[in-house]
Amino acid sequence: MAHGPATLADGWGKYISRWVFTTNHKDIGTLYLWFSFAMFIMGGAFAMIIRAELFQPGMQLIKPEFFNQMTTMHGLVMVFGAIMPAFVGLANWLIPMMIGAPDMALPRMNNLSFWILPFAFAILTSTLFMEGGGPNFGWTFYAPLSTTYAPDTVNYFIFGVHIMGASSIMGSINIIATVMNMRAPGMTYMKMPLFVWTWVITAFLLVAVMPVLAGAVTMMLMDINFGTSFFDAAGGGDPVLFQHVFWFFGHPEVYIIILPAFGVVSQIIPTFSRKPLFGYSSMVYATAAIAFLSFVVWAHHMFTVGMPIAGELYFMYATMLIAVPTGVKVFNWITTMYRGSLTFETPMLFSIAFVILFTFGGFTGMMLSIAAADMQYHDTYFVVAHFHYVMVAGAVFSGTAAVYYWLPKWCGKMYNETMGKVQFWIAFIGFNITFMPQHFLGLAGMPRRYADYGLQFADWNMVSSIGAFMYGGAQILFLFNVIRTIGWGKPTDDPQVWEGAEGLEWTLPTPAPYHTFATPPEVK
Amino acid sequence: MPARPKNRMLLVKLTALAAAMFVFAIFVLPPLYDLFCEITGIGGKTDGAYTAVAVEVDTSRDIEVQFVATNNATMPWDFYPIEERVIVHPGESRAVAFYAHNRTGQDMLGQAIPNVLPNNAADYFHKTECFCFNNQPLAAGESAELDLVFIVDPDLPASVNTVTLSYTMFDITDRTAVQVSQVQ
Repeated sequence: MAHGPATLADGWGKYISRWVFTTNHKDIGTLYLWFSFAMFIMGGAFAMIIRAELFQPGMQLIKPEFFNQMTTMHGLVMVFGAIMPAFVGLANWLIPMMIGAPDMALPRMNNLSFWILPFAFAILTSTLFMEGGGPNFGWTFYAPLSTTYAPDTVNYFIFGVHIMGASSIMGSINIIATVMNMRAPGMTYMKMPLFVWTWVITAFLLVAVMPVLAGAVTMMLMDINFGTSFFDAAGGGDPVLFQHVFWFFGHPEVYIIILPAFGVVSQIIPTFSRKPLFGYSSMVYATAAIAFLSFVVWAHHMFTVGMPIAGELYFMYATMLIAVPTGVKVFNWITTMYRGSLTFETPMLFSIAFVILFTFGGFTGMMLSIAAADMQYHDTYFVVAHFHYVMVAGAVFSGTAAVYYWLPKWCGKMYNETMGKVQFWIAFIGFNITFMPQHFLGLAGMPRRYADYGLQFADWNMVSSIGAFMYGGAQILFLFNVIRTIGWGKPTDDPQVWEGAEGLEWTLPTPAPYHTFATPPEVK
Repeated sequence: MPARPKNRMLLVKLTALAAAMFVFAIFVLPPLYDLFCEITGIGGKTDGAYTAVAVEVDTSRDIEVQFVATNNATMPWDFYPIEERVIVHPGESRAVAFYAHNRTGQDMLGQAIPNVLPNNAADYFHKTECFCFNNQPLAAGESAELDLVFIVDPDLPASVNTVTLSYTMFDITDRTAVQVSQVQ
């Protein structure tokens, strides 16, 4: 058995080298998780600036130009810096332990795919301090806002997107190789935990669409610097082409974000229901169906740009079709809980909230998919409310649930249950106070991405801002609870940790040793 | 096969897939998009120069052709059609002109981009001569009449009685290496 990793006792030099040069999946998982939490705090701070400015009508704190940079950076940092790396971190930690592999298939590439990420975000964030400011064209960076009218720093943004795309592609290739080649004997595909299944499907989506994003920003780069006219009508191009290319990436991207979250709650709900997951194989097929459909519905983001009626109808019906496999999943989670002996520990609370709030966000998605109605909802706060219900209450809640669920296994210490529950209720209530009113604002006609609004929107905006500060506070409590657990939590060495937990990772000692499954386990 | 070469193989295959998707995004999607617009006529893009063929003028139909001229964003020219609408018979060749005036003190290059509505008329609106086929150079303070000769195809769908041709004038002075003096 190899000796353990360098600790602080070996001196700073060795300790830092350990993290920089590590090829251990657990170390890299930890790095990803801490990095994503740092980005989550930064993106959250941008959101707090946005909500503080929108607390009252009129301009109080920041200039409109800076407001635009904040909305753009909030979206970019949260999607590419917080949520995606968080799930890659979970995948690194858990997939080898769940399928009985000693490590990831390509450990050195794993190291590279993490360590280029901080540079990508350093480049992206540094634009905020440059002349002309950071990206201000919205996270969807539609041309010509991001080409003809972009600040000069847009080239930094493009370079940053290229790097994070490369990181995601490498991470995904690694996950696919691990799952396809490194499973323990007897671990057939249909015995894999659902988290592994959702991740391998996500990884295929990533390999397929991240290069399309890279293509989109490369075409932007050429339009800006090398005189091409992909998106410029003056030279024979078409700005609408940008939207098609972007959403051809962008729609699978939203499932890239949510599918691993599906996987997480599919692990947690059976544990605290003390019942196996209902309809395992239908869950697998539903995930694959969602992934497939995500490629053929992209233009529902663009109903208002001008499309023939046949196109609108096709994209409308295809989008509605996604509700079928998603409904299969939601019913399976509910049926798993039905007549189970439920207990409500923090991970379970977040998972149940996930099911409820994600379904809510799914329903508003159904409303948005109706092409005729979308003409009214498009680019209003209704859309903002919709995607925060699926992104925050979906991806972020499940990520929080995952950390509470597996943290005892990772560090051998129990978190403070009371603090976790307090955090949950502040987050749950704060989240709904923030985003529920945004539905009303949107239906009343408040457009998104403006630094100011009409007086008739004042009350709900103030409510929304108060909720946002509450939700932000809950994250500080989360950080405190995690640090407290790692440093001073109650030690535990129960391999099972949770009474109803099933899966290979729970057969390992607690805390999980640095090297696990050096000899593959037998899976019956 | 042992794990290591298997992993390498998969790495190569998946990297190739990623590279193929990148190429697809840059070299396949844009032409595919243009092709799609051309086939369906969506986007109102018109074809290039048309060589007139002898057809019988269909005097039984009167088609109203409307002209719209717009300046893009910061374009400072005066730009408008001299006749705002004309009535033509399908098959008949008709010449019209647009007026453009460079009000600034600088030599400038413009580029007009055409668009035809309704969408199903785009394929039946032929231009035998058009200023939009080239750049439009105008020296400081200069004005010009920009010529357009068009034919409405007799096969124009019966449901179409009015065709709108719009031009958007883009300022491409900074974007091209060609100087105004060279073009003139």
